[in-house]
Amino acid sequence: MSDVTAVYDAIIIGAGSVGVPTALALAEAGLDALVLDQFASQGQGSNKAAIGGIRATHSDPAKIRLCLRTLDIVKGWGATYGHNLEWTTGGYSFVAYREQEERTLKALLKIQETYGLNIAWYDRDALLDIIPDLNPEGLIGGTFSPEDGHCSTLLMGHAFYDAAKQAGAAFRFNEKVLAIPTQGGRVTGVQTDRGVYHAPVVINAAGAWAAEIGALVGMTHPVFPDSHEAGITEPVAHFLQPMVVDIRPAPGSKNYYFFQLHSGQVVFCITPEPPVPGLDCRETSAFLPMVARRMVDLMPRLTNIRVRRTWRGLYPMTPDGSPLVGWAREVAGYLMAIGMCGQGFMLGPGLGELLARMVAGNTTADDAETLDILSPYREFQGMEALK
Amino acid sequence: MANYRITDHPILPVTEAATVEFSWQGKPLTARPGEMISSALFARGIRAFGHHPRDGAPQGIFCANGQCSQCMVIADGKPVKACMTPVAPGMRVEPLDGLPVLPVLPEVAGTPALAETPTVEVPVLILGGGPAGMSAAIQLAERGVRVILVDDKDRLGGKLVLQTHRFFGSINAVYAGTRGIDIAAKLEGQVRARPEIDVWLNSTALAVFSDGLVGVLQSGGEGETARAVSPAPSLPPTERYVLVKPQILLVATGAREKSLVFKGNTLPGVYGAGAFQTLVNRDLVKAANRLFIVGGGNVGLIAGYHALQAGIEVVGLVEALPECGGYKVHKDKLARMGVPIYTRHTIVSANGAGARQASGAGQVDSVTIAQLDDAWRVIPGTEKSFACDTVLIAVGLDPVDEFTAKAREYGLPVFDAGDAEEIAEASAAMFSGKIKGLEIARALGLDVGDVPRDWYRTADILKSHPGAVIEARIPEQGSGVVPILHCTQEIPCNPCTSVCPQQLIHIPDEDIRVIPDFLGPSVDKACIGCEKCVTICPGLAITLVDYRKDAAMPTVTLAYEFLEASVAAGDTVTVLDAVGEVLGDVVVTNARAIPRNDRTVMLKLQAPAEIAKRIAGIRVQEPWVAEALETEVTRIDDDEIVCRCERVTADEIRALIRKGYRDMNEIKAVTRAQMGACGGKTCSALLLRLFREEGVPLDEVRRNVPRPLFVEVPLGVFAGAEEKGARDE
Repeated sequence: MSDVTAVYDAIIIGAGSVGVPTALALAEAGLDALVLDQFASQGQGSNKAAIGGIRATHSDPAKIRLCLRTLDIVKGWGATYGHNLEWTTGGYSFVAYREQEERTLKALLKIQETYGLNIAWYDRDALLDIIPDLNPEGLIGGTFSPEDGHCSTLLMGHAFYDAAKQAGAAFRFNEKVLAIPTQGGRVTGVQTDRGVYHAPVVINAAGAWAAEIGALVGMTHPVFPDSHEAGITEPVAHFLQPMVVDIRPAPGSKNYYFFQLHSGQVVFCITPEPPVPGLDCRETSAFLPMVARRMVDLMPRLTNIRVRRTWRGLYPMTPDGSPLVGWAREVAGYLMAIGMCGQGFMLGPGLGELLARMVAGNTTADDAETLDILSPYREFQGMEALK
Repeated sequence: MANYRITDHPILPVTEAATVEFSWQGKPLTARPGEMISSALFARGIRAFGHHPRDGAPQGIFCANGQCSQCMVIADGKPVKACMTPVAPGMRVEPLDGLPVLPVLPEVAGTPALAETPTVEVPVLILGGGPAGMSAAIQLAERGVRVILVDDKDRLGGKLVLQTHRFFGSINAVYAGTRGIDIAAKLEGQVRARPEIDVWLNSTALAVFSDGLVGVLQSGGEGETARAVSPAPSLPPTERYVLVKPQILLVATGAREKSLVFKGNTLPGVYGAGAFQTLVNRDLVKAANRLFIVGGGNVGLIAGYHALQAGIEVVGLVEALPECGGYKVHKDKLARMGVPIYTRHTIVSANGAGARQASGAGQVDSVTIAQLDDAWRVIPGTEKSFACDTVLIAVGLDPVDEFTAKAREYGLPVFDAGDAEEIAEASAAMFSGKIKGLEIARALGLDVGDVPRDWYRTADILKSHPGAVIEARIPEQGSGVVPILHCTQEIPCNPCTSVCPQQLIHIPDEDIRVIPDFLGPSVDKACIGCEKCVTICPGLAITLVDYRKDAAMPTVTLAYEFLEASVAAGDTVTVLDAVGEVLGDVVVTNARAIPRNDRTVMLKLQAPAEIAKRIAGIRVQEPWVAEALETEVTRIDDDEIVCRCERVTADEIRALIRKGYRDMNEIKAVTRAQMGACGGKTCSALLLRLFREEGVPLDEVRRNVPRPLFVEVPLGVFAGAEEKGARDE
């Protein structure tokens, strides 16, 4: 049994994309944080399944603000903490081969420009200058946001973990959360299969398992995991600068995207349609032919790149495709940072700082706007366009 | 340029000349028709095929089996595995230095034509066309069951095609006494005769998926089904992706070789015994001039024998245990041919100017070994070095069982056979395949009756490890013809009993592990000197001593599997006893190979009666060959590599283990170990070994999650993209 009398300022459930940066931010704010995870080490849920893209070019101010902050943290990481995250400012490009996508992207562009994001429309030839290997046949153009980019998910997860530990955060792995005891309507800590830990604040950062944790405080979180399949190739000499996103639908899938990592490997992922709900992460036979046909069609040069490995990762989805962040009204001290909809990796660092400010009680006016947009108690309308 | 082709071999026929022209770094070379690039390069002494992008380390052959990715080269602009890609006429082969440049498709006008992924349904899919897979396929076909038999090589037989020696085992159950290469041909004949068996060669299983489908990469055009599913059957063979939906999967994928961590362990010239046998026995390339062997199991011992047969000097063999784990007859055979066997010794380093050398031709030039104490530590001061150009790692095998594990996890009915189930001899693999074939027929609901009880017992006997050793028995008899059985260890083997026309050699049928007995005196029948037992003994452990002409200088007959021309009547040879003790020099009176003896030469020696019965062989390799260097070589470089693909050192891993890392997934994330092309096929086991060495109980270690693909495959193959050349027609 572990130390049953330990008392923390906050306990974070989930050592993943959100939990680990939150622990770092709390520890740096001088707060005692404990992170609990059911797996054997950090990032073993969906974090390690992420492919590593980070962009600020969303369509709502909350995500834009959080991701701009993430970009700052990641770009400055080496200077501050020393780890090499293999950050590459390669940009993002959403490509259009049909008028529908051209219209969608150009409409979003207007919103994005109003938030001061560095993103512009590139016509066919201009886009081919940036991505020469795109199939020119039928290409209309696309958006390009040069300040977005990508880094190694594995290195970044580990760097945050390392920094959080250095800053004093505690981590306990291989522990399954069994209960979140309350007293007088307030959380008092967390009980796991190995011990009881006390804290006035419990943060649900459990990703795909968020609803299970919510049930422990009697809440029903509208977070429904579904799975996306991803793959990675052999490394080849660098030939591809930005993340390429194709939002056209096709039989069996919606959008897909790929980019070339610092290592030279191309990593790719596809969104199945209809979605594949649940926690099942077993390999399907449908994935490779489906994604390969679309990628080879979009970029014929990819014909000869060899696929090395595939995996499936979980997207904790919400009804409108945006995260749920905020204090619970029903249970005092219970803080939700859930439903990242597959963007926990890029939201996590910015969000971790926001959560630390919430725990410390020093949120800003911008934070208030962000939290209003991401409120778990909002009315769900529509679905985010570039989820 | 040097020529390392074997032009004359005591067992293997040398038929095809190197006539296919290709180039290496612009220089013209030739290959034998159908020869793999790796062998064609080795045949000209080219052993460094490129340099690793991470640290510039020279890369070459490691597995020669399509499993690792160490032998990558650029062939006609595309990165390929040299060991799995045959040389094509005019092929331009270049080293892979750093990252390959992804070729731009020439003049792509729009989109490549894409074909749907075909799905093939079949009652039984067998992965692996070796002894187990073929045996199972034959059983199933004989009962009318349709089978797809998939193998990644260009021929059936699995590792049988590398085995030039006569097999142990039961002569009734599994062709004991026949050479492995000939058993492969017999089994293939039976497979090819059955229309129920669809053979897919050059086809690699890539993954077992959760929906029960098995992804297969077809690189050739062979097989009825392959033709049927081809997007354009008239096109030249190209790579194709096929999904197979079997009712039952049989995994007969064999084994992969374990590796070891020591300094210089990835220098070109350090590789597995299986790779060596592939180069030498399949491709007739004299892969080494001077060889050192690590590991005294059957694989290492037999590889040493095969090397000597190919004219390669074998400098020595180390075995960490106090006694070799392989059959004693194999060890004895090697010892009396002049190969020193250092038990209780280990390899300290393979030496040679290696990584980051400007010319990049780094390769082994010596090996350093040392004695071990009872705690498996090197005893300082016992280091010895030997000049050699090749170090064989033969430290055991692990089952290739990832498909079995996935199928079990995903609920696809699965059986396994041969080494994929349990590491044992090929004879055991054949028999286990036979049993599994019948079990699968039963599982399909066929009315085939029970698997005979005694089959399971036979399987157990064939799988059994070598047993007790007895004192050598020298019969008293000093007249007539006396067969001497230099066979002193219980192993499953009985061919000698079946060939004696007088039925004078006895092993009980119910347990063929029993040491054979010569019944002569007890049944009052005499050996007629027919030599059949001498010829068929897989251990070369039977001699005849014939006193009939001259009782003081009897004639000794022994089996000799080297070139007939290497010894002639009138030669004086050094004779040794069963375990390699020199007995003296004697004169050869006759050396001949007759067809009935299947390439085994019968040597007749005239020897003094005092030593005649103890003679078990003649020295093949002179003692000076195996002498140590005057001073030992110390390797300074910190290059104990665990993960060859990503060049991760043992020290990096040890540091993390000491920091408390227990999740192999986390070690992978931090170091990239297991993240390379091979998917951790070699280093996963080494990582576990490092945990053990650091005193971490393995139940505290979280294993990494295995994921597809089994080998790397071009994206275009999954897309069904047709080759550019084909589309232009």
